[in-house]
Amino acid sequence: MSISLKRLSKRYGSTHAVDDVSAEITHGSLTAILGPSGSGKSTLLKLISGLEAPDEGRVIIDGEDVTDVDPRHRDIGFCFQSYAPFRHMNVAKNVGFGLKVRKRSASEIDTRVKELLALVKLEDKAARYPSQLSGGERQRMALARALAIEPRVLLLDEPFGALDAVVRQELRQWVKVLHEQIQVTTVLVTHDQQEAMEVADQLIVMRAGKVVQSGNPLALYESPSTDFVHEFLGPSTIFGGVVTRPHDLELVSVYEGAIKGRITSIVSLGFEAQVTVELSDGTTTWVQLSRNELSKMGLRVALLVGVRRRSESADF
Amino acid sequence: MTTRRWPLRGVVLLYLAILIGLPVVFMVYKALQHGFGPFWSQLTQPGSMGALRLSVEIVAIAVPVNTIVGVGAALLIARHHFIGKRAFDTAFDIPVAVSPVILGVALILAYSRIGWFGGPLLRAGIMVLFSPLGLVLATMAVSLPYVLRSIVPVLIEVGTEQEEAARTLGAGRFRTFFNVTLPSIRWAVAYGVTLTTARTLGEFGAVLVVSGNISGRTQTFPIFIYDDWDQRFDTLGAYAGALLLALISMAVLFALAMLRKRERRLRVDLA
Repeated sequence: MSISLKRLSKRYGSTHAVDDVSAEITHGSLTAILGPSGSGKSTLLKLISGLEAPDEGRVIIDGEDVTDVDPRHRDIGFCFQSYAPFRHMNVAKNVGFGLKVRKRSASEIDTRVKELLALVKLEDKAARYPSQLSGGERQRMALARALAIEPRVLLLDEPFGALDAVVRQELRQWVKVLHEQIQVTTVLVTHDQQEAMEVADQLIVMRAGKVVQSGNPLALYESPSTDFVHEFLGPSTIFGGVVTRPHDLELVSVYEGAIKGRITSIVSLGFEAQVTVELSDGTTTWVQLSRNELSKMGLRVALLVGVRRRSESADF
Repeated sequence: MTTRRWPLRGVVLLYLAILIGLPVVFMVYKALQHGFGPFWSQLTQPGSMGALRLSVEIVAIAVPVNTIVGVGAALLIARHHFIGKRAFDTAFDIPVAVSPVILGVALILAYSRIGWFGGPLLRAGIMVLFSPLGLVLATMAVSLPYVLRSIVPVLIEVGTEQEEAARTLGAGRFRTFFNVTLPSIRWAVAYGVTLTTARTLGEFGAVLVVSGNISGRTQTFPIFIYDDWDQRFDTLGAYAGALLLALISMAVLFALAMLRKRERRLRVDLA
């Protein structure tokens, strides 16, 4: 189901949490709303869910204007950052809650809960209570609970924020696969650009309540519309007064007609190296090199080098 | 460390002994001094039984009413914003802040023949003062805040996300309240109910003022005990009654402690 946001605004006192936001989220996509903390991304998600009402603007899901529809009738699966498990219910009861509300028969609920628990790989945890689950398991339970009602749209608020790095990586991959499996339009909120780039097929970048740019991740990475998006989406440096990706720069011999500079530091990260250069115009930039390039060129601190943009052909 | 704490421990124990331990031991000794027979016959005499029944009846009305009002008010305070909320919140503490006698006097002023409500009610044939109705009102007034005060911090700590989750899953207000909110505050409610019960059963000051102390009609169990002591010089009766009252209160507290322990074992709280 597609989601269409039309000129949404939400104020808390004098703060514009969401400020005149319009966006189109296509059917079946996995869209990430990406932005630093306080950019309004979680508020935007709450506006879509109906848990918060906009001051202005409309929310349209699948062609239907749901702006004034109570969240309980929106058919939305919402996963909270804290997962908000019902603490006094076991896993099966948690997952079956939405179906029980919909007055499905006990046997139907039982079957469906079993299917969902298999989908999220929690079959053997049905009788456990949320407090007996790990963070990742709680997250998967919350997903199963949201999916139980066969929502038109799945909304995930910082879904991996509270997990440790290894589990987070696993769950990201798993959510991507799950999304391919069930094809439900999914919107997730994150402040982690790497996570967004990795999981989502559409990005909406927000800053200070406004959408700065949206589109597919690669397009945004390659041609960011503002310096903010440029810096937010990946490593950046300034070269010749322009924000540039450090891997789009290269070091050459000092005689090759490029801007000259002196190497001030070399940081080797194993697979890549970051070389910082103080340029003759007084500015400083850094260049990202592969390990091979670094060893071939015999670079060292205080060496004079030339810096230039890699030619198009050198990119590949 | 442990040795250095001994003096402090000793002082605290001595303090508790003087305040609670010795009087209770003395009371138990006096009540059972002549064996269980006289103790039992004191308690089962008609006056005592009548007063006890009246006290239980008051509990049976005041506790449920105050529980429902307390839960409702707690939800208002913890979950809603409205003008005058702070004043509303504070108003619930008035009964504990002022002496019960003052509450009793205030009720007399309001419900006496010349009071704001008393006149019209009397003309309608409803007598509030010197009647069981007045006792119930006075008791509800003094035990008003206990349920509310037990619940509000828990409601705030639990947060609104579980309720919001229930809402997105399609649950209405009633289902959300009974299936999500109430289970998450049930121990706080139980705690508040216990405190309310203890306070209701033992209330003396406010009740004495509005009751008129009519034996067999408006004499609650604590007043009966006091009368034993003060009017009838029946010390055994007073000790017996006091012991029974103390035992009931302890039983209630003990039951709650047991239930909490069991609950904790069953379900370790979410970090």
